[in-house]
Parts: sequence; structure tokens; C-alpha cells
Amino acid sequence: MTKFKFALGALIGVSMSVSAQARDQIEVVGSSTVFPFSTTVAEQFGRSSGFKTPVVESTGSGGGMKLFCAGIGLEHPDITNASRRIKEKEFKNCQTNGIDMTEIVIGFDGIVVANSKNAADLKLTLEHIYLATAKKVPDPNKPCQANWCEPIDNPYVKWSDIDASLPNVKIEILGPPPTSGTRDAFQELAMSGGSKAYPHMNALKKSDKSLWKKLTRTVREDGAWIDAGENDNLMVSKLAANPDAVGVFGYSFLDQNADKIKGSVVNGVEPTFENIAGGDYKISRSLYFYVKHAHVGTVPGIAEFISAFTSERAYGEEGYLVDKGLIPLPKKLRDQYRQDAKTLKKLAM
Amino acid sequence: MTDRGPQKNDPIRAARQAQRLKKRYRKERRFRAFGMSAVLLATGILAFLMTSIVYTSIPAFTHHNLTLDVTIIAEEVDILRDDQGLVTNVDANWLGFVRTALRDSFPEVTSRRDKRDLYKLLSIGAPDAVRDAVQADPNLIGQTIQVRLPLSDDIDLVMKGLIDRNLPETDRLVSDRELAWLDKFIAEQRVSENFAIQLFANGDSREPEMAGLKGALMGSLLTMLVTLLISFPLGVLAAVYLQEMAPKNRLTQIIEVNINNLAAVPSIVFGLLGLAVFISFFQLPRSAPLVGGMVLALMTLPTIIIATRASLASVPPSIRQAAMGVGASRLQVIMHHVLPLAMPGILTGTIIGLAQAAGETAPLLMIGMMAFIVDTPTDVTSKATVLPAQIYMWANNPERAFVARTSAGIVVLLSFLLLVNGLAIYFRKRFEKRW
Repeated sequence: MTKFKFALGALIGVSMSVSAQARDQIEVVGSSTVFPFSTTVAEQFGRSSGFKTPVVESTGSGGGMKLFCAGIGLEHPDITNASRRIKEKEFKNCQTNGIDMTEIVIGFDGIVVANSKNAADLKLTLEHIYLATAKKVPDPNKPCQANWCEPIDNPYVKWSDIDASLPNVKIEILGPPPTSGTRDAFQELAMSGGSKAYPHMNALKKSDKSLWKKLTRTVREDGAWIDAGENDNLMVSKLAANPDAVGVFGYSFLDQNADKIKGSVVNGVEPTFENIAGGDYKISRSLYFYVKHAHVGTVPGIAEFISAFTSERAYGEEGYLVDKGLIPLPKKLRDQYRQDAKTLKKLAM
Repeated sequence: MTDRGPQKNDPIRAARQAQRLKKRYRKERRFRAFGMSAVLLATGILAFLMTSIVYTSIPAFTHHNLTLDVTIIAEEVDILRDDQGLVTNVDANWLGFVRTALRDSFPEVTSRRDKRDLYKLLSIGAPDAVRDAVQADPNLIGQTIQVRLPLSDDIDLVMKGLIDRNLPETDRLVSDRELAWLDKFIAEQRVSENFAIQLFANGDSREPEMAGLKGALMGSLLTMLVTLLISFPLGVLAAVYLQEMAPKNRLTQIIEVNINNLAAVPSIVFGLLGLAVFISFFQLPRSAPLVGGMVLALMTLPTIIIATRASLASVPPSIRQAAMGVGASRLQVIMHHVLPLAMPGILTGTIIGLAQAAGETAPLLMIGMMAFIVDTPTDVTSKATVLPAQIYMWANNPERAFVARTSAGIVVLLSFLLLVNGLAIYFRKRFEKRW
């Protein structure tokens, strides 16, 4: 085998000259949540601008950051998408490689808790979601001390065990797997958010943040939560077939399948386009992309691409991204980010 | 039953014998039944899978179009001519022409919001259809022409019955008003169902009705070409050397064990290797069929080596001895006699290896071939994706119409594999006859 590796090496050597050529195509990497929007803009941009259609890769937010921050030069991507903000560690890594960037927020993505059209309506609060999904919950039978409740293994089997107003149905939640950004956001916004109903948890957050994170963000493993895989279409058909099951996924899938499934009310707010855009619906997050300054001007079309992305025609209230399920930012923020894109405002953390 | 003869007429023995015989027959029948039910179950599952895939894919092979009278205003068209005065390119606001035609069909629609909804009846590919028509015949400029324009994916689903018109409006992707517009067009017999040429003529798109497999097919072909060019010669050379020439010692034994192990390594590992070696170290371009082909070649090598060695070993030693006997050198024995005889087996191994590689996505994920690429790749260094990756990406899209597109992609991939396999079997048979 070694001999052939040798031969292969020679072959690669020959083909190496190929890589030195200039690139005339924008390279985008990053989040699979932003992927449908980024690709739509890329396609429109390729149709109308005269530049080559950018190549968009779906690598996940973390994977995208890693590639993006690896360095400056045509072998590295120009833009990375993220369904969360860049982490401080990633930013530092970028800085050490001399990368300056601009941060653009493109809109919101709502995470919905949905079930079959044929099932009873679920009127949930974040507290209900927390109690239904966390591995350890405060013991309901022991009165809480001012600053401590004994966490016990999640005892809730039926929704009605959590609250009498909820249906008398077994808890069965289909959710995204740990590799998914949707799951990260759900854990942060819905589960940790729901734990805020307990004062002692808020106190714990201040005193021991890592324990607080562990308690509020660990999903139960007793079978009530089922990792349903990355394919949300599959989840929709599973929900339609099983009226007792509840699913957790992005808003655009609810929007496309309104004849089969319905979104649950959370904290009294329905997951509708208007409610997510207005910020009333609590489980929603911002979607980002980051542009590498050093590549603007080197790879043709980057400035034009980000200006197309931040145009009203794309991410505005009636833009084509809205048809794809993006929930737009308020007008003021849109104007601000359009300006940032134009002036390439440097991100500082 | 060894002791027949004298006891032949002993009735008790005979009865026992008959019973044993019956039992043996019963056992055989049972075994047969088990075997047959195993085969039936396997084919049944396969048939179920195939029917369900083919059935879901059917809607993707046709698309509904709307025939509209579009006026091409001569003053608004730029015509580019070459030296001979022949038209090389036409440019105009085709979208504007289409929208005007739509508005003219419904003069009562005036508000901005309503017009926006009206425009949504047609696909974003509609202006391209007008452009293509004018490009093909520049004499149409200045006339009102009938053009077949693709409808948007949701309207198409309504026409195919995949969106139920009887549902309440809030549960439907298509509003009552859009249905009313559509019904008027249907009554005027302007809506027709045609073969979805886009599925094969276009690259990827975020609009289901415009999304096609051309780019992915081309990418798969280029990738497979690189894989074949690297893995076939290397694999066969390695196998011939190991089987026919290499001394049998500890080192070759270790190599042999390693090759066998390599065949069982999960494919994602080869992707990681490709990322680390080809892209990070040798700086080859990401998302390129060149790198994809090299990674898949590494994956295919052990399969080819093992198959080649097996078929070399099955060539009878008498052939070698006879050739040696008439004075052939070792190389002549191999090149003139052993290798040609083993070729059918070698080809089978290569085909199996390549078919496996053609359906692989995991290693390509690491080297950037799971990407949204609209342009069709032209050479091994341009950005490309492959068929299975394209299918995976379509499966993840939220738009309804991609469900059928995904199945259609699978059908095309399977036909592609069948075609390649069929071709290979044909060549193998021809090869065999010559000998």
C-alpha cells in the first residue's frame, strides 16, 4: 500500500499547480439553518448580477467558523453563515489569523413546538416545556427552600402531570439531535428560559453557572424525548401519523405544512409570522453571516453580494427571503445592517 | 441404509426406513420453504421500496405550464449582433414583459400587494422561457407571442392534486384568490402539463420547479472518471504484484492484512484523510471533483485489489506452467495469459467498487462537495456536487415540491448505476468471448 501512496503523492504533486489559479466565485460556508436563505440569495445574485453564482456549503455554524477563521487567502471561504453569534473563542482565533470581519444579522428564525392537526391544542408556557424536557427538574412534592430545590429525575409522564390544563396524553417529543443548531437554541431559549420561573434556579445561575447550565440544558433520556434526526420533513410526516407526538423544529416547516400540523401556543403567543417578527414569541433566535474584509475586492462580487443580501428586495418585509420562511428584522435594524454591509463595519468584541 | 439385502423384507425395519425417509424429505421441504420465504421477503421489501420511491417521484417528471400572450416591445430589447449581422444575444427586462402579460389578464388587480400575489402564480424561471423563445427566433421582437411559462411550485402542486383545494384557506399554501385566478386560466385552457425538462437541463435551484440534476450528474461523472483513472491502474498493479511477484514474507503479509482491513474502514474516515492531506496539505481546491475522485479512489482501492487478487488466484496454474514451458518470461505469462483470463473478474470488482463510490456521500461531506452549486462543472477542478449529495440536500429543503424531486433524484441515481453496470457487463461479456 505504501508504494501506491507514493504514486498517489506524485499524482497530487502534478495536480498541485491547478490550485494556484485565481478564484472568481464567492465561497460561503456555515449553518444549515441559514443555508436555505443564503442559497436563495446566491441564486438570485447569480441570475441578475453578471457575477458567477456563489457556492454555498452547509457545514454547520461551528464547522463554518472553523473554516472561515483558518486564514486569509483564496483557499479559505469568504463568508460564513451562523445560526448563533460568533463565540468569543472563535473570534479570538480569527483575530490571531489576522481576519477582520463584518457581522450582519439577516433576520429571525422561530422554533416551534408543533403537533398534528388532529390532536388537541397545546397551550404551553416555557415552564411547561422546561418541565417536560429537562432530565432533572425541581421536586414537585417537596416545598422549595428559598435558594434550593432538590433536583430529581424527571417524574412527568403525561402532559397533565405537569399542569391540569394540559391534555391527558403521554409526553412524546420528537426533537433535533445534539449536532443541530436548532437544538442548541431550543435548550437555551425554551429550557433555560423556562427555568426562570424558579427563583432558586436564577440564584444558581449567578452562583454556579456550569451546574445551572447542566441542570437546565440537559435533555431527558428516559424516552420521552426522541432525537428525530436532522430531516425536518420526516418529522412532519411522523407527527401527522401520530397525534400524541409533539415535534420541535424551525418555523419554515410549520409554514409549509399548515395542513398537517399546528404550532402550540407558548406563553399565550401563537407562533405566527407577525408574532415572531414582533418579538412576542419567545423561542426565536437571530441568524447571522460574517464577511471577511481581506477578501472584499480580491474575490469579485463580495460587496455586491452582501448588498444584495441586505437589500429590501431580499431581506425586507416583502422580500423574497420571506417567501422562504425568513422572519425579517424591524425596519430600523435592517437599515442599520444595510449600512454596516456598505461600510464594512469592523466587528469588535 | 447401508445394510440392505438380507433384511430387506423385515417389515419393522422397512417401516422405520420409510419413516426416516419421510422425515428427510420433510426436512428438505422445510428448508426449501424457509429459503423461498427468505427470497420472497427480500424481493418483497425491495419491490415495496422501489414502488414507493417511483410512485412518489412521478409528479416530479412533469410540470404545469401557463400559456400567456406576451408582448415583446421592440424598443425595449437590446440586440447584440456579430460581424455578419447575426443575432448573438438579446437582452431586455423579460420579467417586466411577463408581469405586464399577467396584469393584462386581470385588469381588476391594481393594488401593489395584490399584484405581488398575482406574480407569484408563475415561477421565477418564467422570464427565462420568454428570453429563450426570443433568442431562438429574433423575428418575434415587436410581436405578441404565445409562450409557455412554468407555474410556481405551489400552483403546480394544486394542479397535481398534492395540495387539497377543499381545505380551509388558512391550512393551504395557496389562497382562495390565487385559486380563482388559476381557475380562470384553466377555463381558458391555458394550463398544460408537460414533461419537466428542467429536471435534466438545469443545475440546482432553491425553487423546486427550476431545480435540476444536470450539475450533479456532471459532477458524478467527473468524480467517477477521476476515481476510475486512479484506482483501476493502481489497484490492478498492486494486486498483480502482490499475487504474482511479491515474495511471501512478513512484510507482504502485513500489507495483505492491512488491505483487507482498509476495505472495512468507515467511508467518513477517507473524507477526513482527504481534508487533511489533499486540501489542507496539498492545497487542492475544495468542492472539486478532482479531490472527491481521489478520496473515493482511496476508498475503492482495497475493493479492487481484493477482487483482482481473487480472480488472479482462480486462474489455473496449468496456464502459467504451459506458458513458462514454451519459454515465456514471468511478465509475458502475466500480461499475455493470466491477466486477460482474470479480466472479467477484475472488471466485476471494479464495477462493484465504483458503484459503491458513486452512491457515497459521507467522505464528500468533509471536502465540501455537499454544497449549493448552480453552475454545471466543466472540468475536474470546478466546483461540483454529486448525485447522492444533491438528493440529500433536496430531502432537507422545506418546500413541498422537493419531496417528489428527491425521489426523482433517487430514480435517476439508480438508473445511472444500472446503466453503468449494464454497460460494464456488456463490455465484460465481449471481453470474455475474445478469449
